[in-house]
Amino acid sequence: MSTMRQYFEDVAKHLDSLARPGETIISALSAEESDFIRFNQSKVRQATAVKQAAWTISLIRGQKRLDARVNAAGNLAADRPALASLVAQLRGAIDDVPDDPFLLFETSPATSSAERPAKLPAPAQVIDEVLAAGKGVDLVGFHASGPIWKGFASSQGVRHWHEVESFNFTWCLYHGRDKAVKTAYAGSAWESAALEAKMRFAREQVARLGEAPRDLAPGAYRAFLSPAAMTEILGMLSWAGFGLKSRNTKQSALIRMADQDLRLSPLVTVRENTREGIATGFQSEGFVRPAEVALIEQGRLAQPLVSPRSAREYGTATNGANANETPESLDLASGSLAEAQALEALGTGIYVGNLWYLNFSDRSACRLTGMTRFASFWVEDGRIRAPLNVMRFDDTAYRILGENLEALTRERDLLPETITYGERSTESTRTPGALLKELALTL
Amino acid sequence: MLDTLQRDFRSLAPAVDFCALRFVEETSEYLAVRQDVAEPPKLSVNSGAMVTVIDRGGLGYAATSDLSKTGIAEALDRAREYARLTAGRSVMDYGAVEMPRPHGEYRSPVGRDPAKLSRKEKYELLAAEAKECRVDDRIVDWEANLWTTASKQAYFTADGAEAVQEFHFLVPNLSATAHAKGETQTRTHAGRYNGYCKQGGLEILDAFGMKGAGRSVGEGALELLAAPNCPSGKMDVLLMPDQMMLQIHESIGHPIELDRILGDERNFAGTSFVMLDMFGTYRYGSELLNVTHDPTRPEQYASYGWDDDGLPADKQFLIRKGILERPLGGAISQKRAGIAGVANTRACSWNRAPIDRMANLNVEPGDSTLEALIGSIQHGVMMRTNVSWSIDDSRNKFQFGCEWGRVIRNGKLAEVVKNPNYRGISATFWRSLSGVGDASTFEVMGTPFCGKGEPSQVIRVGHASPACRFSNVDVFGGAA
Repeated sequence: MSTMRQYFEDVAKHLDSLARPGETIISALSAEESDFIRFNQSKVRQATAVKQAAWTISLIRGQKRLDARVNAAGNLAADRPALASLVAQLRGAIDDVPDDPFLLFETSPATSSAERPAKLPAPAQVIDEVLAAGKGVDLVGFHASGPIWKGFASSQGVRHWHEVESFNFTWCLYHGRDKAVKTAYAGSAWESAALEAKMRFAREQVARLGEAPRDLAPGAYRAFLSPAAMTEILGMLSWAGFGLKSRNTKQSALIRMADQDLRLSPLVTVRENTREGIATGFQSEGFVRPAEVALIEQGRLAQPLVSPRSAREYGTATNGANANETPESLDLASGSLAEAQALEALGTGIYVGNLWYLNFSDRSACRLTGMTRFASFWVEDGRIRAPLNVMRFDDTAYRILGENLEALTRERDLLPETITYGERSTESTRTPGALLKELALTL
Repeated sequence: MLDTLQRDFRSLAPAVDFCALRFVEETSEYLAVRQDVAEPPKLSVNSGAMVTVIDRGGLGYAATSDLSKTGIAEALDRAREYARLTAGRSVMDYGAVEMPRPHGEYRSPVGRDPAKLSRKEKYELLAAEAKECRVDDRIVDWEANLWTTASKQAYFTADGAEAVQEFHFLVPNLSATAHAKGETQTRTHAGRYNGYCKQGGLEILDAFGMKGAGRSVGEGALELLAAPNCPSGKMDVLLMPDQMMLQIHESIGHPIELDRILGDERNFAGTSFVMLDMFGTYRYGSELLNVTHDPTRPEQYASYGWDDDGLPADKQFLIRKGILERPLGGAISQKRAGIAGVANTRACSWNRAPIDRMANLNVEPGDSTLEALIGSIQHGVMMRTNVSWSIDDSRNKFQFGCEWGRVIRNGKLAEVVKNPNYRGISATFWRSLSGVGDASTFEVMGTPFCGKGEPSQVIRVGHASPACRFSNVDVFGGAA
């Protein structure tokens, strides 16, 4: 048992002992030790080590619930009295909290454990290898690495543990201005040879960006969206599409699929695939997530993501969704187009390596807008002809993933979430690339 | 507690060229009443410290939530090790930066202490206004919420500098969503992304107009539900302050951040169409455009006494009469670029290193009344309350949308329209600024959610602006 798990078990046992008759104490630990290294112009810009632990303690009595999140030292001697004091404060304040008719948390004793150790590089090795690889080119990137610990406990006997070590290095090789090739290397075993191979491929790609860029006029173009670009499209559906609450309050971007039976292409099958993702197998009220939840089946809207709160509010069962009812292990099923044949199948049109800064032009219509970014190209007769200057698209998901979706690739990429707001994420998206009959460009 | 922390830090600080500790303790409470049901309160205390070490030209940061002497000692070791690893291999010689040595205290002005209103009373206030939102059965979701935060920050250097700052933030919100015949429209009282955010106490609730706002929000949602789509075409737009804040933020603020111009953000947030040689000569906007960075406006959301590298806050013109004068860059970026900037090196919390961020970025008032601005437009749309934003990675081609629009025809306000959107290019859009409202149209807004940086940081930003008119803009509505 790791030191951090022992700490979690000891603190959880202590918190259990503080529960009085009629009370439940829920406690959730989120901790990490991370190395963050930023690079610019093939040199180091900022290097930061972060060691943090935070507990979210919920005191529940009858239909009342009061939550508090506090940072902790990460050692039992220091944190026992501080957390005991916090529980006493919650107890002193809970009488003023209104009853919550939608209170729901796991009450059946259950345990789970997932531990994924890794072979992580020391910061010195990362700096050495990245600076060496960046010689003679303009490299800008970000390396995040280290262990993440998540634990859930309740005084009703629930214990869940998730311990994973990983690294995620993303970087761009810039040709100039906004022309760059973006690459990612993530995993659990850092291999110098793997980094070199990816860097070599990126160097070859960036050479193409030196050609005169093509400006496109607004209009509809055949398009191939890479898996990285597809992640952005799917991210918009995830933001506001799949939750039961957003569906029932008519705010879902997919509300016309729910209420008017609009459909996407039969090629589109989307799942919350916890089994094959890297997120925790439990959520913040202690419910275990099912291996998978079908969100869209062959173009038809399927199950919503249901948080415990929504389950109580709308009289249904939870399926382990988080409070925001957003996917954490999103999975778009593969198609039949060989990735190697993508350009040939595209013929003449645009190859979109990345999309950027998407938002809704009209949420009810699931109309999206966003920009092309990084390595995007004009393609003629299956051959890359020129890099594209950035263009804005504005089109509905019903066209992009519906009538205009010609094919999905056989191969898929697993793209771990690189966002690190407050803490490192364990979310991911697995998606193929997509060939579109047309994509509407507007600016 | 601060005395102990300071004593421990100074006793442990290694013999290096520069060493500092930044402590943050942020206590917050979020209360919401949705569909007449009070949701459980969300309380948090986010606390920890970051140490900075500069030695032999290298720079290292280390953050910890373990504030014991052992925890601080470990953080200092990590930061020193990073300084050693990066010496001679960094984008600059960090030893060449003259790091500020701040002394003093700063406190948000608080009129009425939020603690004087009990949690029960706050819930009652929220419940009363939320209930008023539901003006009929087409209102399918409605909510009132209140987010209060007290933040204490301390900055110590090993050689004796000491600055302590206390901030008090209050962010109310009210929203209603209406639905009928396949159409959904939401109206808020100042934006669904908390655009009404300020420093201070309960007086902010009065200024927000929480009491009595519920019904008008509900009616506003129904008004949008019945409204036609915004017309399309080239026309004038009159942007009110709760949309101007977004326009300023995305197409002036981010493009002139010095770290973006220096390339630090190219792997994530992006680069900029602005280049170093533009400062002093580049025409960013029309003669009417005057933009200031002002972290000294007391009630504004991102005011402070010093930034997170200890540089004292002051008001500076960034754009004057349309000419770009100065970037948003703090002590380190200014040294790298060899150009004067402002005090804006900021971190979102104790666990992230500071970078160049907007604080309060404002458009200065002009001399037109709102009536004069409306009267000057033959064919156009007034737009309020941002709802959608998208811009390219050079911060040039943008598309923004609002909750509410109203057609202006022959100098008079006409029908309300839904889904008003417009698009443009930063480099030319501000040159189409053809009218700037006077102080009577000026409002102080902001956002709690500006994202940037690797590792990611979401930070508080303030924007104040008058109503502004832009000519010949590409406007369009919703629908497929």
